[in-house]
Amino acid sequence: MSLTREDVSYVADLARLEFSDAEVLSLAEDLGAVLDYAETLNKLDTSAVKPTEHVLPVQNVFREDEIKPGLSNEEALSNAPDSEAGCFKVPPVLE
Amino acid sequence: MEYEIVIGMEIHVELQTKSKIFCSCPTEFGQDENTHVCPICLGMPGVLPVLNEKVVEYATMAGLALNCEIAHFSKMDRKNYFYPDLPKAYQTSQFDLPICTGGLVEIEVDGVKKDIGITRIHIEEDAGKLLHESADGSLVDVNRCGVPLIEIVTEPDMRSAEEARVFAEKVRNILEYTGVSDCKMQEGSMRFDVNLSIMEKGAKEYGTRTEMKNLNSFRSLVRAVAYESKRQIIELKKGHRIIQETRKWDDTKGVSSSLRSKEEAHDYRYFPEPDLVPIVLDEAYIEAMKKALPELPEAKKTRYIEEYQLPEYDAGVLTASGVTARFFEETVALYNEPKQISNWLMVEVPPLLKELELSMEEIPLKPTQLAELLELVKDGTISGSIGKKVLSDVFKTGQNPKVIVEKEGLAQMSDTGELEGIIEEIVKNQPKSIEDIKAGNEKAYGFLTGQVMKATKGQANPQVANEIIRKVVAKYL
Ligand SMILES: [Zn+2]
Repeated sequence: MSLTREDVSYVADLARLEFSDAEVLSLAEDLGAVLDYAETLNKLDTSAVKPTEHVLPVQNVFREDEIKPGLSNEEALSNAPDSEAGCFKVPPVLE
Repeated sequence: MEYEIVIGMEIHVELQTKSKIFCSCPTEFGQDENTHVCPICLGMPGVLPVLNEKVVEYATMAGLALNCEIAHFSKMDRKNYFYPDLPKAYQTSQFDLPICTGGLVEIEVDGVKKDIGITRIHIEEDAGKLLHESADGSLVDVNRCGVPLIEIVTEPDMRSAEEARVFAEKVRNILEYTGVSDCKMQEGSMRFDVNLSIMEKGAKEYGTRTEMKNLNSFRSLVRAVAYESKRQIIELKKGHRIIQETRKWDDTKGVSSSLRSKEEAHDYRYFPEPDLVPIVLDEAYIEAMKKALPELPEAKKTRYIEEYQLPEYDAGVLTASGVTARFFEETVALYNEPKQISNWLMVEVPPLLKELELSMEEIPLKPTQLAELLELVKDGTISGSIGKKVLSDVFKTGQNPKVIVEKEGLAQMSDTGELEGIIEEIVKNQPKSIEDIKAGNEKAYGFLTGQVMKATKGQANPQVANEIIRKVVAKYL
């Protein structure tokens, strides 16, 4: 199982990453090799194994429905690259 | 060719918890931007979300109220997409193992009953709000991020805008009863996404569907369905294919338009949320939630017919909203004339609410006041028509009916002495009426009663007045 350049470009696009043609080519090879290696697992017969829904053997961890103080507006915005009128400011988003 | 409209719905409902789904920030609506936030809902690195137990309870109750199976095992997943209203770049939701599956809601349209299937209900978090108020950018308010939602997904079982409306209203009604949400559409507590396609009547395979998101009133739901179905039929008649897409409904212009997003094929790359552990609910828990459910609209309607001997129509109207039903029951407890109360609630109250632009939730009348008013009408202190005036005054002043009647001097004149004087005077001045009565025209009595009511500004007790009129007239015969 190898990875095509289209596969790499598609995943990169979803992840908002930009690569040059040369990078796409090398990533296709590298990621392809990783996936090929993982493919080894498919040689095992897992027909009798229940799917793993979650990695931790823990369940039902809940909190009470209680309000606790959070951050002030100033604190919340203190690390924002840009802000305006109490809001985070981002490049214009067209509807 | 005859076409059939096929509609499925996704309904997002905000749960009425005090705090958010994974953190302890308040869910309160309408606060200053970015004041109900913390590192968890801001999506800071390294934070650990913990599920609000109330969310599980409410989702379970909603599922039970909509006749769903409650999953013994469900889990949270990450739905990945980039948008500035989602600081984490993923929405925590449920993918393959939702908390509820396989429910149904019975609707009735034009006397025909029909089941609408509920495919699933899952738990998820709301996103933030994008404000387009800045000249050179977009502003993000994270307050709503992490407000708990349930998403109700239906089967494509609806066939008309009317069915869609009745279904949506019924779901709202049921959820309002359960108390899991305030269902305030104007605050976005309940939003509808409509999937719509057209097929030939009787066809087995559905046509290509479009999706319209975030319809936030029943009116826009109906208009959007009407517009979009017409548009698709016209396209099909022209021989065009329907493009599967998300469309935006513009309520002001009354049109839907294509929302061609870059991420055309949605690839959310769901995977299990590693920071949240599975939800495991046993029978005992589900039973306890069942017991915690209040009486639902259908059951209440049946009870109203049996217990209060109300016509089915009245029972339907009164139970169509939890607030009205509660008001009715509280009033009946004080004044045991169900049909009377029903009449006043159905006929007299709605126009007054409309005049003051209030919803039933904001009604200025108290059950104690309505009971007091009906008591005054019943014991003859005031007439029914004065009663309506008093009701209107209660709405506007908030004062109790007895106080209004006294202050405005609205009590009926049952004092025979005073009435006799007025009537003697009237009869003396209406010789024509005496002639008419002598000629056998009984209607003249009605005319005289009218004159008396006019002279007393409607305050004469009609029964007492009638008796006196006959007595006085007899002297002239
Ligand atoms: Zn928070």
